[in-house]
Amino acid sequence: MTGGPLTGGPLNATVASLTSRSLLGRRRTFVLLLLPLALLALCTLARILGGLDSDIAAELDGPLSPDLLGAFGIAILMPLLSLIAGTGAIGPEIDEGSIVYLLAKPLNRHSIVVTKLLVAFGVVVAFGVVPIAVAGVVLTGELGSVTVAFTLGALAAGAAYASLFLLLAVITRNAVVVGLVYALVWESLIGGLVPGAQALSVQQWASAVVAEVLGDSAARLGVDSAVGFGTAMVLLVLVTVAATFYAGRRLQTLRISEA
Amino acid sequence: MSTVELAQVSRWFGNVVAVNDVTMRLSTGVTGLLGPNGAGKSTLIHMMAGFLAPSAGTVTLDGRPLYRDPEIYREVGLVPEREEMYDAISGWSFVLANAKLHKLKDPESAARRAIATVEMADAQERDIRTYSKGMKQRIKMATAIVHDPAVLLLDEPFNGMDPRQRLHLMGLLHQLGDAGRTILFSSHILEEVEQIAGRIEVMVAGRHAASGDFREIRRLMTQRPHQYTIRSSDDRRLASAVIAEPSASGVEIVADSGGFGTLQIQATDFSAFVHALPRIASEHGIRLLEVRPADESLESVFSYLVTR
Repeated sequence: MTGGPLTGGPLNATVASLTSRSLLGRRRTFVLLLLPLALLALCTLARILGGLDSDIAAELDGPLSPDLLGAFGIAILMPLLSLIAGTGAIGPEIDEGSIVYLLAKPLNRHSIVVTKLLVAFGVVVAFGVVPIAVAGVVLTGELGSVTVAFTLGALAAGAAYASLFLLLAVITRNAVVVGLVYALVWESLIGGLVPGAQALSVQQWASAVVAEVLGDSAARLGVDSAVGFGTAMVLLVLVTVAATFYAGRRLQTLRISEA
Repeated sequence: MSTVELAQVSRWFGNVVAVNDVTMRLSTGVTGLLGPNGAGKSTLIHMMAGFLAPSAGTVTLDGRPLYRDPEIYREVGLVPEREEMYDAISGWSFVLANAKLHKLKDPESAARRAIATVEMADAQERDIRTYSKGMKQRIKMATAIVHDPAVLLLDEPFNGMDPRQRLHLMGLLHQLGDAGRTILFSSHILEEVEQIAGRIEVMVAGRHAASGDFREIRRLMTQRPHQYTIRSSDDRRLASAVIAEPSASGVEIVADSGGFGTLQIQATDFSAFVHALPRIASEHGIRLLEVRPADESLESVFSYLVTR
């Protein structure tokens, strides 16, 4: 038989193309557009109101902009978007059984996972990180430290969320539900009530990145985090790498459904 | 030439034993895997395709274990039972994608060849979601043969095909088998298997019930005790004449509710009995009104093979 070595590169263009076509070809994906549009609409509204009212303008220069970007951008947009993209990059194929066309090939399972993760991450950047950057510019009127800080925070959150949710989709058929419970119940509810739980929250790690970039002005802008920047970075990288690796391992022994 | 070998293979899911101590060897040519639904055929095929580890025993391709080794797919092609593919792309794009996933040197010509082989060139530009069941089945087949595998496994490939498509696929499997490929296809329909497979392996309730040349198994199946329900112009006289025949082992007269009787006859030798019956009737001047085999369902045939 012809063909290169099994391990080839870590990425596979054909897997990427099949994944992006099936990810963007589904109706569910249109939700992807609604979320960033809502964020941009909200920020534009705040900006317009700031133009009419000097009190609101002062707030926008102070803690209101970080509040909007953090509460809507990092805490809602990023997890929901990553959930749709991360699970959507592999979950439907596993449910339908069409994953068999990828698995019945001499392909390294890790390269399938890494490729799919990159496609998901691309979607998260396009529909999440970029809109957050634009929203930052709209709110603050400049590509300043607030915009840069939240863009980088969103980038870090997107990588960790997407890899976590892709892993979930490989492990369980109920990945969307489990992901929602994690994002809404664990991060928002329990994380808000139990201080210890905050240390294990992607949202908090992203906030640590935001606070680090903002530096001294973080306190004035009301940005804080339950974990330090160093810890947050270690955890972000660890979770992303470990989730991706484990998803590849699980894909090696995935049982293909027969019904 | 490639050989798939199963040695004392069992597979259980929790408490359910799907495959129970199966030993078989597949080599070149077409083998039919016959059995009723739920007999463990798909589980067996998934183990041969490397997707499922045997709970006990070994499944190997030319001596190499199949499980968890993606390299085997250079030599193995699989046509899954499920219909779902990547629906939003054309048949051509999908087969081409499969060729590229195999890292073939010339994926375009491999895809073109595979699509021509399954006679889908005319519809290759249409999206897969617009295909009929039979067309999907053929595109699935094209993806499985695009890399010209030595071993081809097909899970219920004739489902949803019309008679013409069936004949075409049968011809194709024959060709591949004659060309030295090792082909296994599963089916729960006796006639499908009869028409193509040189060898058959019969699975019933997770067990390997019979194995060998189709004609041999067909003979076993036809020589099992057959039940006939017969109505005639004189049931009692026919009964006494039939029981004198060595091919019949039992006769019972059953009266139905309308007062008319029927004759239930157990024949030990199917072919001898069906030849003897008209002769007896004509010798005794008895008219046969109805001759009906009583238990021709596939399940009864299979269960006979198991209890044999």
